[in-house]
Amino acid sequence: MIQALASTAERDKEGDESGMRVTEHPILGGLTPGRVVQIVVDGKKIEAREGETIAAALLAAGIRVNRYTSKRHEPRGLFCGIGQCTDCVMVVNGVPNVRTCVTPVASGMVIETQHGSGGRAESDEEV
Amino acid sequence: MPRGLTVDGFPTEEELKKSPGYPSEERFKRGPVAVVECVQEIPCNPCELACPRKAIQVGVPITNLPRLDEEKCTGCGICVARCPGLAIFVVDKTYSDKEASVSFPYEYVPLPREGDVVLAVDRAGSVVCDGTVLRISNPKRNDRTAVVTIAVPKGMADEVRGIARIRGERIG
Amino acid sequence: MAVVGAGPAGLAAAIEAQKRGLNVLLVDMNLKAGGQLIKQIHKFFGSHEHRAGTRGIDIARDLYEEAVSSGVEVWLDAAVYAIYPGPVLEIARGILATRTASKEMVHASRVVLATGASENAVSFPGWTLPGVMGAGAAQTMINVERVLPGKRVLMVGSGNVGLIVTYQLLQAGAEVVAIVEVAPKIGGYGVHSAKVRRAGVPILTSYTVLRAFGDRQVEGAEIVAYDEHHNPIEETRQFLDVDTICIAAGLKPYAKLAALAGCELIYSPVLGGWMPVHDENMHTSVPGIYVAGDLAGVEEASTALEEGRLAGLSAAESLGKGGPDAADEKESIRERLSMLRIGPFGKARADAKSEVIKVGEKICRAG
Repeated sequence: MIQALASTAERDKEGDESGMRVTEHPILGGLTPGRVVQIVVDGKKIEAREGETIAAALLAAGIRVNRYTSKRHEPRGLFCGIGQCTDCVMVVNGVPNVRTCVTPVASGMVIETQHGSGGRAESDEEV
Repeated sequence: MPRGLTVDGFPTEEELKKSPGYPSEERFKRGPVAVVECVQEIPCNPCELACPRKAIQVGVPITNLPRLDEEKCTGCGICVARCPGLAIFVVDKTYSDKEASVSFPYEYVPLPREGDVVLAVDRAGSVVCDGTVLRISNPKRNDRTAVVTIAVPKGMADEVRGIARIRGERIG
Repeated sequence: MAVVGAGPAGLAAAIEAQKRGLNVLLVDMNLKAGGQLIKQIHKFFGSHEHRAGTRGIDIARDLYEEAVSSGVEVWLDAAVYAIYPGPVLEIARGILATRTASKEMVHASRVVLATGASENAVSFPGWTLPGVMGAGAAQTMINVERVLPGKRVLMVGSGNVGLIVTYQLLQAGAEVVAIVEVAPKIGGYGVHSAKVRRAGVPILTSYTVLRAFGDRQVEGAEIVAYDEHHNPIEETRQFLDVDTICIAAGLKPYAKLAALAGCELIYSPVLGGWMPVHDENMHTSVPGIYVAGDLAGVEEASTALEEGRLAGLSAAESLGKGGPDAADEKESIRERLSMLRIGPFGKARADAKSEVIKVGEKICRAG
């Protein structure tokens, strides 16, 4: 619980971080103003660009921890970026183990940091 | 002590001078000329097709090093943006009494502006002198690779191959 | 014919076979076609036939349009998770877009597997911290998603991927503090290394990353140089203030599906590790199954294109749809492939490929 509180506080700070979006680019040009959708991450509303992946939306908001491991509660974040390593999985709309690096955001999506395998009973300590 | 392309990451004067794409000192004295800094046999030949005067030849196989025909080359600079390796420059050691001009590919934002005083860098990225931006060329055929030309002190013509990337406030 | 993977090899195979009269279904598990080309914003090497001088993103778009306009049916967001004798493909559709998949069974006379490659990892203390990621992941973030994975980056590995992603991180506005390379020499092309050196990025050869620091995410890295006996030189140990560590330690063929289909594998260190054995027509040991691109040995987009064409053509030919020019065309593709495998970078791959094909001629009967 203490850990969860700390992580929320950290996010509030990071949420103010800006400048992670690549707005100007010599080859790709200016970032076109896409449609903005609201998503909820651990209870906090953040803005995302329609079509982008959940992982990208989180990085743009300064959020890098997607889950904590079962036994040692170590943080994990984006690693392979192609939906293979499962380090970036989170609980999305109540469904655990969603690969955020390949899953696009949708308006109103509710995303939670995943602890262990994300099961409701959280019996991962025993695994 | 320069250790060569495969250790330092950029070619030494010796590696450049023995490659067939590097102009002779006599040719430099006659005006602008392409300097092809491609000293490794990689499969690539767009430079050959780029030159309207056929001054750069690769031939068969395409791993041949590009050979510059310094008599045919007019230093027009079309090849600079066409080299996928961004390894071609145009150097004019006759630009003025005291200055030479160096043209190089530049794929960063923001672009410098004409007249800006910029920090000229050598092949290792070290700032070696100031330069003045003479022109920026980025027509459609460049496919988004801008070519920037700067004037630098004549003695720096063999060293300068770019500028420090511009960030935040513009210099000058 | 079914083609699995819509990168350069799969797209080329699909186009070639469709043009020769086969009905081609191209499936890819991603939401966008183009494979890794969709994040390659640099101009490609090679010759005119390989679209040299054109940026990878533009090649991806053109190939995809060509595939669609020539009549190839494309299923995106479609993951092939089983191949049964026949061959029959079992495919889950819609996982990414809807997060609920529908199952499809596809019977194909011929299958071309073009599943590409995956990145190798390097482990060191702290490597699991958020902020340590594959160079490919960082490249996707900056060039496809247009989000910086971090602002100050350490790149581990100086092969072409490490050098190119370094350059592209700079283009996106990040700082690359250094590239460390454990070998005494830079792995990638000199023109790429010259480009990043000019931009002020040091390339430290005979250096490695010792650890990543940080509580919840990367807050720094420690690097050290090695002497010729591979012992760390203590006085070179230094802390780098970085928030991101990218790993560019090479690629390996993504051979899971080929293995599942029963294709004989062979270990080729030069070509990235375990890969399916194939003959000179890109046919594997399983009747009717072909391979192409990085799955058939990690090389480059230009070789992947040519191998895709060869696989598509061979598959069409095996069904009597090769056309009168099939033999000549195959010969000219092989000629172009051999041209891409010469020089100091290509020679080892040429030798490794002939070894694979030598084994392949024994165990891969023509489809």
